[in-house]
Amino acid sequence: MSDPSYIERPNRWLTAYALGFMTFLYVPILLIPLFSVNDSIYVKFPLEGFTLEWFVQLWHRDTIWNAFYNSLRVGVFASIITTTLGIFVAIAIARHRLPGQSAIIVFLMLPMIVPGIILGVALLIVLNQIGIQLSLLTVTIGHLIICLPFSVATLLPRFQGFDRSMEEASADLGETGFWTFWRVTFPIVFPGIVASLILTFLISFDEFFMAFFLGGSEATLPIYMWSQLRFPSEFPTILALATLILLFSYILVLLALWFGRIGLVKTIEDKPAGVA
Amino acid sequence: MTAQADIPFDRLAARAEQRGGRPDRFFFSRPKLRGYAMVSPAVLLMTIGILGPVLVMIVMSFWTADGFGFNRSITSANFARIVHEPIFMTFLLRSFWIAGIATLITVVLCYPMAYYVAFHVKQRKMLWIILMTLPFWSSYLIRVFAWKVILGFEGAINTGLMAVGLIDQPMEFLLYSQTAVVITLCHAWAAFALLPLYIALESIDRSYLEAAADLGDGPVKRFLRITLPLSMPGVIAAALMIFIPTTGDYITAYLVGGPDSPMIGQLIYLQFGVINNWPMGAALSVTLMLWVGAIIFAFTKLTRARLVDTLV
Repeated sequence: MSDPSYIERPNRWLTAYALGFMTFLYVPILLIPLFSVNDSIYVKFPLEGFTLEWFVQLWHRDTIWNAFYNSLRVGVFASIITTTLGIFVAIAIARHRLPGQSAIIVFLMLPMIVPGIILGVALLIVLNQIGIQLSLLTVTIGHLIICLPFSVATLLPRFQGFDRSMEEASADLGETGFWTFWRVTFPIVFPGIVASLILTFLISFDEFFMAFFLGGSEATLPIYMWSQLRFPSEFPTILALATLILLFSYILVLLALWFGRIGLVKTIEDKPAGVA
Repeated sequence: MTAQADIPFDRLAARAEQRGGRPDRFFFSRPKLRGYAMVSPAVLLMTIGILGPVLVMIVMSFWTADGFGFNRSITSANFARIVHEPIFMTFLLRSFWIAGIATLITVVLCYPMAYYVAFHVKQRKMLWIILMTLPFWSSYLIRVFAWKVILGFEGAINTGLMAVGLIDQPMEFLLYSQTAVVITLCHAWAAFALLPLYIALESIDRSYLEAAADLGDGPVKRFLRITLPLSMPGVIAAALMIFIPTTGDYITAYLVGGPDSPMIGQLIYLQFGVINNWPMGAALSVTLMLWVGAIIFAFTKLTRARLVDTLV
């Protein structure tokens, strides 16, 4: 007889490998904040000393603020619209066993597996042929397409994971579909909706290809960064900007994950919110 | 809850009765139809946003550039050029080569990591998963930029090694090479491999492993005969999730790739930028799509997997 724990007994090599892997994952990213407070215009070792100079420079640049507001606007609209669409999809799939629903899901997940450049180029061609001026609006349309899969992937487990008997009870007590949704379903799925709003906002906030091809003369933050990368003398301020974006992104993700897990039933608890 | 939580039930029931006369009664009596009606806005968005544009792009790929406009007569001239002028095939094959190598290395490196979390982490599993995927939730551009900072001629690795005295001169091969592109891609896409691999490994029924152990299989045999085959769907999903987007990658090759490693994405971008030959750009995009489609088809046939299963 063999002990079950024999299969899963600690493996020192594997643990060491895992720690090494995490180092590989994080060291490159942690170098960004490290160099962003380095008192030198050259991004290299040895470090010269601590300074917040680059952050101060950022603060006084109107173009950065402009790009930040652009990203904010696009992100807010994209996240609200895709989450709304995602809610409808999640309800429909969770409630009705629709014939062909897996085909529908695959279709909605397409943007996750089509190269971003093709989506951007194809939309650019259509907008050009219809004669629509490139602007923040066209970027937002592009982001709707990029964000929708993430919204569906975040919301679907939420809507599939709760106890239907509560809705039935509400219906038995005479509530109509809308009021059952508003007073029973909505409070239960609310954390998932917040998670979806945050994650889709973040995807839009960080998105490059659509903003690049469809932005016209309007720059979002990633496009601003891209335009500055040509100038090595701008590296320190880019590092400072990247540090702020990283901080902002990670705080939002942790918030989304926290919201996404509130009240989830045990069976789906181990699957992370977000990426499908 | 809402402000109406304290209203007595009989009044609520009366209200519900009143609302029953709304036009949505049509949908209430037809639940399937209601389901389709609810998914239709999202499906419509994807149709208008992807299907339509791709079709228009295919049409445009048969046009030709004419000064600043287009000659709309249908011709296969663009595709003839792609087939006959070797530069296009070189770009295409190099893109698949780099994406393929990056995919292979990422999946191989991520497998043990996902395995570790699935089988050996007992407490705080969620913390490990969050830590593994957190880097993914930052701008792709920033992650690539980080590698430019690390690998540069005057970058972190070179200056760091020189500072501690391990090397006298900066190593030139680090930045602007295919190696740099592959390293950067592996790092940037790791989360896309880790998650499907972890989910596949985590869902393996442990009693199979116990049974194999009881019947005398050692650790290596157990892994090869049970764990690896059962985790194959995760491996395939991971491979596709990385390979497909990276073939069209543009940022990485531009920022850390050298003159010897431009990828098809850069060429497509140039057609819409300085070269200003949109139909050619469309034709290249269509070619890329067809190739990617063919490779996925061959891959899934070879591994006897269905794309649907790996996605849903």
